[in-house]
Amino acid sequence: MLSSVRRPGRSHWRGSLLVAVVLLSAGGFLRTVNAQEAAISIDNFTFKPAEITVWAGTRVTWTNRDDIPHLVVDAKDPGAMKSPPLDTGDKFAFLFAKPGTYPYFCALHPHMQGTVVVK
Amino acid sequence: MVYPAIIECERETPMSEMSENGGGYGRRGLLKCMAWAGTGVVWTVSGGVPRSAVLGGSARAAEMPSGELTFMQISDSHIGFANAPNMDTPGTLREAIAEVNRLKGNASLMIHTGDVSHLSRAQQFDTAEQIIRGAGLDTHYVPGEHDVLDENGKAFFERFTKGASKGYYSFDQQGVHFIGLNNVQDLKAGGLGNLGHEQLEWLEDDLKGRSASQPIVVFAHVPLWTVYAEWGWGTDDGAQALSYLKRFGSVTVLNGHIHQILQKMEGHVAFHTARSTAFPQPAPGTAPSPGPMKSVPPGQLRSLLGVTSVAQVRTHSPLAIVDTTLSA
Repeated sequence: MLSSVRRPGRSHWRGSLLVAVVLLSAGGFLRTVNAQEAAISIDNFTFKPAEITVWAGTRVTWTNRDDIPHLVVDAKDPGAMKSPPLDTGDKFAFLFAKPGTYPYFCALHPHMQGTVVVK
Repeated sequence: MVYPAIIECERETPMSEMSENGGGYGRRGLLKCMAWAGTGVVWTVSGGVPRSAVLGGSARAAEMPSGELTFMQISDSHIGFANAPNMDTPGTLREAIAEVNRLKGNASLMIHTGDVSHLSRAQQFDTAEQIIRGAGLDTHYVPGEHDVLDENGKAFFERFTKGASKGYYSFDQQGVHFIGLNNVQDLKAGGLGNLGHEQLEWLEDDLKGRSASQPIVVFAHVPLWTVYAEWGWGTDDGAQALSYLKRFGSVTVLNGHIHQILQKMEGHVAFHTARSTAFPQPAPGTAPSPGPMKSVPPGQLRSLLGVTSVAQVRTHSPLAIVDTTLSA
């Protein structure tokens, strides 16, 4: 998108202005993404998507669409994130403030696993 | 030699013959051995070899040899569940207890192998307890994973395993040693059922010094042997528990969790899993997930739910012979 090819006859200064404008917009875009929401669906004993990548500050909401209750628990530190039992239709939201990789699982059915990667 | 005996309905169809429809049991199977609720399931283990007899058809609890210990097992009542294929789990539990009353004869006690409730709620525990009291039997419970969702199971233990705050305990009844285990806590990501170091140490200690000829009954929610790892149907450290039981001449392991009957003999150990009183689950690997079988044809639900009777039978067959080497 940013053209780095210097066209003959064009002033270099104008090219720099273009670059500056684009960068400012990009900064604005990033701020919007920080306030974003992400969704994970639980169905058929599976977290979908199994791996999700979000920006720091994103609130992730799990929705249980399965007909059996599930729990969302941090795999490394159960105290850090633990949902109440989610019956069919129940939701659980968690705000991921810090970058890192957060594997989680269902405490009722521990073979159900997923990961939230926070950038 | 006295053995704990569980008599099995002869119609038990091998997994490979199960059909997709009708909840996975062939029609021939259904006709041969279904009273109400599908089953009184009773095994006889004589000389270490299981024999089977139909219960609920020609045989009745009254025909069981008298004077020996008999007891009942129910499992996975899931009070609080209300979805296909069962909108009324208290109703089917009531029917199961009625069946227990019909079959119990002079049963001394009953065991419940867990998932008493669906969501560990007080109301659900209340309802279950009330209905189960209707069997008029001293009932011993172990937790299922659905029972320990709040406060690490505190409410369940206070109500159902009084005196055993971690959900595991043992007791003797008419010469048979019963051990209730809790393998549904501290579950790890990607893992199966779990007993944990402390409970294993307690178990080893509990068995120490016991005569190898004392019959042992172990009951826990999740199967102690690996039925199907992909669905979490097994216990990570189950093998260690079983190693402590190896020296005994007669061991019976009773589990629930998988909502279907599976059994096997391994040496002197008889393994048996019970049906649920709430809903059936698919045979291992026959469905994308182990959830409730939703497409049970109308009228067939009850043929897939059941109760279990267990009887100790003093047999006339050869004695249990347990060989050990001098270097053991």
